[in-house]
Amino acid sequence: MSQIWELIVGVCYSLFRGDWKMSDIVNQIYLIGVRSQLVVIVTGAFTGLVLVAQTYFQFHKFGMDTMTLAVNSVAMCSELGPVLAALMVSGRVGAAMAAELGTMKVSEQIDALRTLNTHPVDYLVLPRIVATTIAMPVLVCEAIAVGILAGYFLGVYILGIDPVYSWANMVNITSVDNVITGVIKGIFFGCLISFIGCYKGLSCKNGAQGVGEATTDTVVSASIAVLMLNFFLTLILSKIFAVL
Amino acid sequence: MIQVKGLYKSFGNQHVLRGVDMQIQAGEAAIIIGRSGGGKSVLLKHLTGLICPDKGEIKINGIDIVGMQERELLKIRREMAVMFQGAALFDSMTVGENVGFYLQREGKKTAAEIAKAVESTLELVDLRGVENKWPSDLSGGMKKRVGLARAIIHNPSIVFYDEPTAGLDPVVSDSIDKLIKRICEVKKVTTVVITHDMRTTRTVGERVFMLSEGQIYLTLTPDELFASKDPKVYQFVNGISEGDDII
Ligand SMILES: Nc1ncnc2c1ncn2[C@@H]1O[C@H](COP(=O)(O)OP(=O)(O)O)[C@@H](O)[C@H]1O
Ligand SMILES: [Mg+2]
Repeated sequence: MSQIWELIVGVCYSLFRGDWKMSDIVNQIYLIGVRSQLVVIVTGAFTGLVLVAQTYFQFHKFGMDTMTLAVNSVAMCSELGPVLAALMVSGRVGAAMAAELGTMKVSEQIDALRTLNTHPVDYLVLPRIVATTIAMPVLVCEAIAVGILAGYFLGVYILGIDPVYSWANMVNITSVDNVITGVIKGIFFGCLISFIGCYKGLSCKNGAQGVGEATTDTVVSASIAVLMLNFFLTLILSKIFAVL
Repeated sequence: MIQVKGLYKSFGNQHVLRGVDMQIQAGEAAIIIGRSGGGKSVLLKHLTGLICPDKGEIKINGIDIVGMQERELLKIRREMAVMFQGAALFDSMTVGENVGFYLQREGKKTAAEIAKAVESTLELVDLRGVENKWPSDLSGGMKKRVGLARAIIHNPSIVFYDEPTAGLDPVVSDSIDKLIKRICEVKKVTTVVITHDMRTTRTVGERVFMLSEGQIYLTLTPDELFASKDPKVYQFVNGISEGDDII
């Protein structure tokens, strides 16, 4: 626990006083953000599709067809987009960070950095956390947009829902708050996932086996942490938006 | 100068260092010998401030580094170079990027100046035209040379070697020994070599520290070492495994 605090303090110090380089952050944004897009887009698309299909099957019984897309868009914006994108990023990015830093730790590369006038937090941790925190909300927005679009195509062109009413309902019911909720969640999830990945990597022990453990641990811890944090963020953000 | 007093370090209930006292003079070539698993690498990591001791004092050029913050230690370590046991090259970078890493991070030199420094440092360790290779494409001996080039590019005053010849064939080992000696002479650095290789000890050493049971058991010159009748020293030098109570 004390090591977690130490890393949190180290990252905060590094952010303001550390010797980090913008180019490292940009490079990480590319590796983390740009390269995660396909996974996130596919996830968003199929989530939108299945949600529209299932909602339509139920709503159709009551003649509420034109509400289908609204349900999809609200759910995508505030819950499914951010959570599913974050789960995919945990598996892809969090695991990769733990594996990379863990390998560097057990092969003494981290110690080598420390003898080459480089603080591992400045060089490895901070760029990854900043990059993921920037990239994650963008990925969330992509997941949301693709999910809504895919749902729209399925609903309108295959299930035959009336496009005009559906669109109107969707725009009416989905508020800006829903979108902002998604983006804010993305920011928190990005920060959380990359922190867990870096922490597990840096505290890795026992050679190759340790790296394997750190990697699995990261995926499990990050996924659970995302689901739990999502619940609390939903509560807190809904309270905040109710006041505003 | 490196001064160590009463250094203790345990991992759980494994007491690795139990009161190490030693002093290495500036410009000297010191060898630390001892059995595998005897705590040599742990001692080296203390001397470079990579591990914090449980108890004791470590002074580098008169400055006590025990309990220092990592960011202050970074400044102290600018005077140091470490060649790690497994070379510890960054495997996501080419050889050239590895060697130029310090200067690149420092950001004081242009790309062309760094490239030149990389080339001349690689030449110093007898490597040419390997800048664009990946660490995974190098042999064990080449990796160690690259690790050394990376460590000394900024002209440090103390160079540490952790088992520089372990896992290399005798011919390559000999070339590494000569290289260590050459760097010691050309760059006029304090050299600290950790090894259990008697040839390295003979070729490079000016003073030998024998680490045994977590303490410096003896300090002597290589000649004294090879002539020693002390049973522990004799067994170690001659590689005899009889008797259960050795080292
Ligand atoms: N970070 C660590 N955590 C726990 N035990 C360690 C650690 N580093 C070294 N040790 C233990 O300390 C002992 C000495 O290791 P080391 O210094 O690497 O030996 P060597 O003399 O061969 O270099 C070994 O038994 C090793 O298991
Ligand atoms: Mg060792």
